[in-house]
Amino acid sequence: MEMLRFCTVGSVDDGKSTLIGRMLYDAKSIFEDQWDAVERASENRGDSYTDLALLTDGLRAEREQGITIDVAYRYFATPRRKFIIADTPGHIQYTRNMVTGASTADLALILIDARHGMVEQSRRHAFISSLLGIPHFVVCVNKMDLVDWDEAVFEQIRAEFTAFASRFHVADITFIPVSALEGDNVVDRSENTPWYEGATLLHHLEEVHIASDRNMIDTRFPVQYVIRPMSGEHHDYRGYAGTVAGGVMRPGDEVVVLPSGFATTIESIDTYDGPIEEAYPPMAVTVRLTDDLDVSRGDMICRPANQPHASQDVDAMVCWMTDASTLRPNAKYAIKQTSRVARGLVRDLRYRIDINTLHRDQEATELKLNEIGRVQFRTTLPLFADEYRRNRGTGSFILIDEQTNNTVGAGMVLSTELTG
Amino acid sequence: MSDDAPVLRTYELSHLRQLESESIHIFREVVAEFERPGLLFSGGKDSIVMLRLAEKAFWPGRIPFPVVHVDTGHNFPEVIEFRDRRAEELGVKLVVGSVQEAIDAGTLVDETGPRATRNRLQTPVLLETIERHDFDAVFGGARRDEEKARAKERVYSFRDEFGQWDPKNQRPELWNLYNGRHRQGEHIRVFPISNWTELDIWQYIEEEGFEIPSIYLAHERPVFERDGMLMPTSPFLSPNEDEPVFNAKVRFRTVGDMTCTAAVASGADTLEEVIAEIAATRITERGETRADDRFSEAAMEDRKREGYF
Repeated sequence: MEMLRFCTVGSVDDGKSTLIGRMLYDAKSIFEDQWDAVERASENRGDSYTDLALLTDGLRAEREQGITIDVAYRYFATPRRKFIIADTPGHIQYTRNMVTGASTADLALILIDARHGMVEQSRRHAFISSLLGIPHFVVCVNKMDLVDWDEAVFEQIRAEFTAFASRFHVADITFIPVSALEGDNVVDRSENTPWYEGATLLHHLEEVHIASDRNMIDTRFPVQYVIRPMSGEHHDYRGYAGTVAGGVMRPGDEVVVLPSGFATTIESIDTYDGPIEEAYPPMAVTVRLTDDLDVSRGDMICRPANQPHASQDVDAMVCWMTDASTLRPNAKYAIKQTSRVARGLVRDLRYRIDINTLHRDQEATELKLNEIGRVQFRTTLPLFADEYRRNRGTGSFILIDEQTNNTVGAGMVLSTELTG
Repeated sequence: MSDDAPVLRTYELSHLRQLESESIHIFREVVAEFERPGLLFSGGKDSIVMLRLAEKAFWPGRIPFPVVHVDTGHNFPEVIEFRDRRAEELGVKLVVGSVQEAIDAGTLVDETGPRATRNRLQTPVLLETIERHDFDAVFGGARRDEEKARAKERVYSFRDEFGQWDPKNQRPELWNLYNGRHRQGEHIRVFPISNWTELDIWQYIEEEGFEIPSIYLAHERPVFERDGMLMPTSPFLSPNEDEPVFNAKVRFRTVGDMTCTAAVASGADTLEEVIAEIAATRITERGETRADDRFSEAAMEDRKREGYF
């Protein structure tokens, strides 16, 4: 069975939590005791209907305020796929939470209220989903029941969204007219939309082709941990443990190890269940090399003719994630990228991007909480990175404040050459 | 870019193997970046899967950290036996924090009455054990599908010097880049099987073919009914006068303290039958079998804030 990770974005009023609740309920992935608890809570609050949103809002503060604050993860499975939902808040003050949920998603489920059409926050959600490299978009035009299932409303939103999305990189967009509250086109096909010939939401989630989203071309194996048992029959064993971040590795492949640049071949690819003939993303394996080299955590194994950029100059889009400080030129942070940790100096904030209008403000002098901008770093060690758009595993990094130890920023590599 | 021939196969990785890889990645990351990790082991199915994943992550080396058990003194004997045998087989060090010893020493006071449980007493003993052994990372087998507060918790869950979880102030956690930095006295709880569901766990146990304590399969045992749940009789839990004891064929869906873990009526005495029952069940495992989560809508959130698993 395949696994699909998707994130849902939209504000409370778009009915996002209701949509998830509806999907879980109609797919029979809600348990009776959870349902009873939600019914009880709705009754206690005096709601006129059972509020499906209560299924996903897990924290006391969220239930009290009726909003989603943090990312919540939900799980369900159909006979065809296992799904992991990152349910993310849509308000601008929770942009960092949306970025978090989007970072691992294969698909973004974006909700738009049919009555309001494309609004500022729809544009923001689409932009962030694209920035985080989510390969598939599903735009659910919700509350279609409140616009009398008018096809023209749906088509208008489709046209507007498509026009806006043409300004950035999106590989695949699907539009579905739904009513989360009533369940139309969520799991079961609606009789109210004879003009809609596409799939229901669940059917689309089950069928969307994701196998090709991984990078199966550029071999990238960041060494995570060196396994040296130094005992008994494995006395001389030396294996490099890690998770394949790109490409397909096979025993006998010629490889180079960065930063040393030494060339060798893959002796074997080991797992607890025995040696294997091929390793590809996202498998966690242990690689043994033919030659005895000095290889340690933070090194990168790749192919001689296909190497990541090795550079101390990194040009990246950064989302700032703390309100305790701002990102400013000349500040220093710890950078964690794959298994590599370096320190980075902010050389330049090239511009801040207005995430509602996409306007680039080149006069900006800092990035505050939830702001996104293009930043140039100089690092103490070279990073072995690819463009984020080409490889989300080797093109991403986090920034850590060395005073507070907090994760303060998320970065997506544009290039590792110093340009412009 | 020409160094790979065009591929004709799909390179699909099943959901269980994807989850396994993610968990192994997390185990390795912690061991690479922390100085003194430990793995919380309860003998439950989740911690048995955790042990197997740890074994896989470091093979052919041994598991490079001790196994920690907070023993309430009210555990199922089958589980204690299993714990000791597995630790021996794997050659790992076993650290036991004892609630009974803390009570005997007078640092904790046992609850009394027919509904007494040592569930809450585990937290101070756990924190004391972490402090005594100076663990800077503690692996736990919590899953996000178990409970709605857990659905919000990070894989790396930061704990302050009092072991407390602050749900409103969690570190952002992106991609597979985990931030384990902390000050002296603080620690990180790490949940490598966050993304597994109950069904995933059972399917994995079946696919891997490993042993689990016998109480997970249907067996005859004396039980009594309380709050609509089947409670096992034991030296630690006695029925009230209006709660008649009877023999029933049952299995356990979760394994915790004998005082607050209920059984479910079941004839499933093979793994295959257990999986078929779990796949068809309409009640969550905690809702069905854990008296400790029934206190209030936010029972788990409150206990986690105090430093619970």
